[in-house]
Order: sequence, then C-alpha cells, then structure tokens
Amino acid sequence: MHEFSIVMSMLDLAEASAREEGASRIEAIHLEIGALAGVVPEALEFAFQGAREGTMASAARLEVDYLPAVARCNTCDASFELDNRWGVALCPTCGTPSAQLLQGKEMQLARLEVA
Amino acid sequence: MATHDSTRDINLHSHGGVDGSTDVRTVQVQKSLMTHNDGVAAENRMRFGSRLVLNIVSSPGSGKTALMERTVRELANDLQVGVVVGDLETDNDAVRIHDAGAPSVQIVTGAVCHLEAEMVARAVDNLDVEGLDVVVIENVGNLVCPAAWDLGEDLRVTMLSVTEGEDKPLKYPRIFKDAHAVIVNKIDIAEVVGFDRAKALDSIAKVAPAATVFEVSAKTGEGMADWLDWLRARRVEKVERLSKVTVG
Repeated sequence: MHEFSIVMSMLDLAEASAREEGASRIEAIHLEIGALAGVVPEALEFAFQGAREGTMASAARLEVDYLPAVARCNTCDASFELDNRWGVALCPTCGTPSAQLLQGKEMQLARLEVA
Repeated sequence: MATHDSTRDINLHSHGGVDGSTDVRTVQVQKSLMTHNDGVAAENRMRFGSRLVLNIVSSPGSGKTALMERTVRELANDLQVGVVVGDLETDNDAVRIHDAGAPSVQIVTGAVCHLEAEMVARAVDNLDVEGLDVVVIENVGNLVCPAAWDLGEDLRVTMLSVTEGEDKPLKYPRIFKDAHAVIVNKIDIAEVVGFDRAKALDSIAKVAPAATVFEVSAKTGEGMADWLDWLRARRVEKVERLSKVTVG
C-alpha cells in the first residue's frame, strides 16, 4: 500500500503548485501513470479519498491517464509498445529482450484545475 | 453530513459560474510525484561521496540479512561496509549485522512498506559515513513498494531465493527491471526444492537483460566470490569516476 505515500507526495506537490498560481482550491488533479509504475488504480483512489480531507483538494477529482510501456530495441533500434503487463520487452522485429524503457515508469502530476 | 453538503454547494457554484464566482482554470505542472523524494535522494548521494551505495530489495525471508552478514565478513580485510536496515518492526537485523562486524543502523518503518530518501537521510546521521567504503541499504522485505523510491544509491540489487518460484521476475517486473544486479540466493537447497534454474535465469534475462546475475548461497558461501569481486570493481569504478570529475 505504497499508494498512500504517493498520494501524500502528490497532495504536497499539488498544493504548492496551486498556491504558486494564487489559487484557493483544487478542483481536479490529472496524473500520468506508466503501466510499469507499480501503482494500483483502486489503491490510489482509495488513498486519495482518505488523504485529501483538510487539504486544498478536499473536494477535488482525481483523473489518471495510464501510459503504455514502450521500449527500444538495442539491436535493431526499433521502438515498440509492450504487449504484456509483465515487463517483458521482446522486440517484435528481431526478438531480442530489451532493457531500455522509453516510457512506462512515469508518476507525473500533469496538470491541475484550480479556482 | 452537513459539512459534506456545504462542500457540494461550493462545487456547484464554482462550476456554474452564474453568480460570477471564480473561474476554474487549468495549470500545467508536469512534475514527478517523486520530486521531493528525488531531491532528498540527491542530497544523500552528495553526502555518500565516493562510497559505493547499494539498495537491496527482495521479498521477506529471501536472505538479505544473511547475505549482508557474509558480505561484511568476507570484505572485512579490504573494505569497510556500513549497513542501513529497514524493517517494519524490531532491530533484530541491525543487531545481526553489527555482530558480523559492521556498523549498522536500523530504520523501523512501522506501517510503511518501503524506505524513502528522508528515512535514509535521518538514519545516516547515526552512521559514521566518513569511515566507510561501502554503504548497503537493506530495504523493507517487499518486491512492490520500494521500487519507486530513489534512496541515493548507485546500484539497485534485487534478490530472490530458490524457494520463491522461477517466475518471480515476471510477477514483479518493475523491481527487477531497475536492477543492476540480480542475486539468486539459497542455491545450496535448489535441488531439494526442485528449483528450475534454466527457467529462473530465462525469466531474469527477459525482464532485466542488462543485469548481472549472481547465484549464491549466503549460508555455505558458494558463489560469493563473484559477487564480492563485482562489489570491489564497482567501488573502484566509482572512486575513479569521481576523481576524474574533481580533476577535470
């Protein structure tokens, strides 16, 4: 249940960013989470419901875009989307397993809707 | 209940905007949720200086502390190792490592399932870093939660033992994908538990093709020499890299 720690960091970052903009409350928080970030959507939402009380985001929506994992093959230089949730990145062109992940581990606060 | 209703009212006003209340506007942030942690990790990294720093992760019971005990003992003649140990409760592991001859600090995380850079920063206050060559951070036994937190380490080491099933890397890809080294421990009992070595190595190679793999028994010492040589080499590499930066 590390999602609670992630949500606490998210709220700190969101409140600081909202204050910088002179906002008084946060209406929505938009995240981008990679498919291999190890974040469980239900756990994230559950943690958010519990942690938002008493913050500027106490009535905010949490909206999450899940990004697919994308790897680059070191042998033939092709970029490809992983077709599984197990992190196995076999190049569809030449079959080599790839270690180089271009996308998939993101945990990003993309934008806020504030008032 | 009353509080909840009044909150809803505020929402309706702001969305409706009929009464001229403040408009909702969009602010682009584009910052990692790990921004704060990563900042503290960077400070830790500065503080560790030329010491080689490892972050070891595994499931509970795969033998992190046993591996550390033997590593500390076998390196005692050439490298001074210090260990930061994370556990939910007790300081048993720090005591074991202390008995093996290394300075150790216990972080008791309580309910927290992973270490964060700030916890390590506080623990390091109680460790004489100056006198060390290698700092090992033994994370809380868990293959999911520790993955996202940079602690200020140079190398991430993920360990599994032969009793855990050969497909572990496929089940916990994130933590294996980030590993510089993967250790397979308890090879002394591999045969008894019917461990399929080829299958396990194949799972590791698929998820973490760039990781160096070590097959060891922290109990009997089998395979330890390669692991220790790897540590020595990484330590030399770091010292050389930093001295070049300083000179340049």
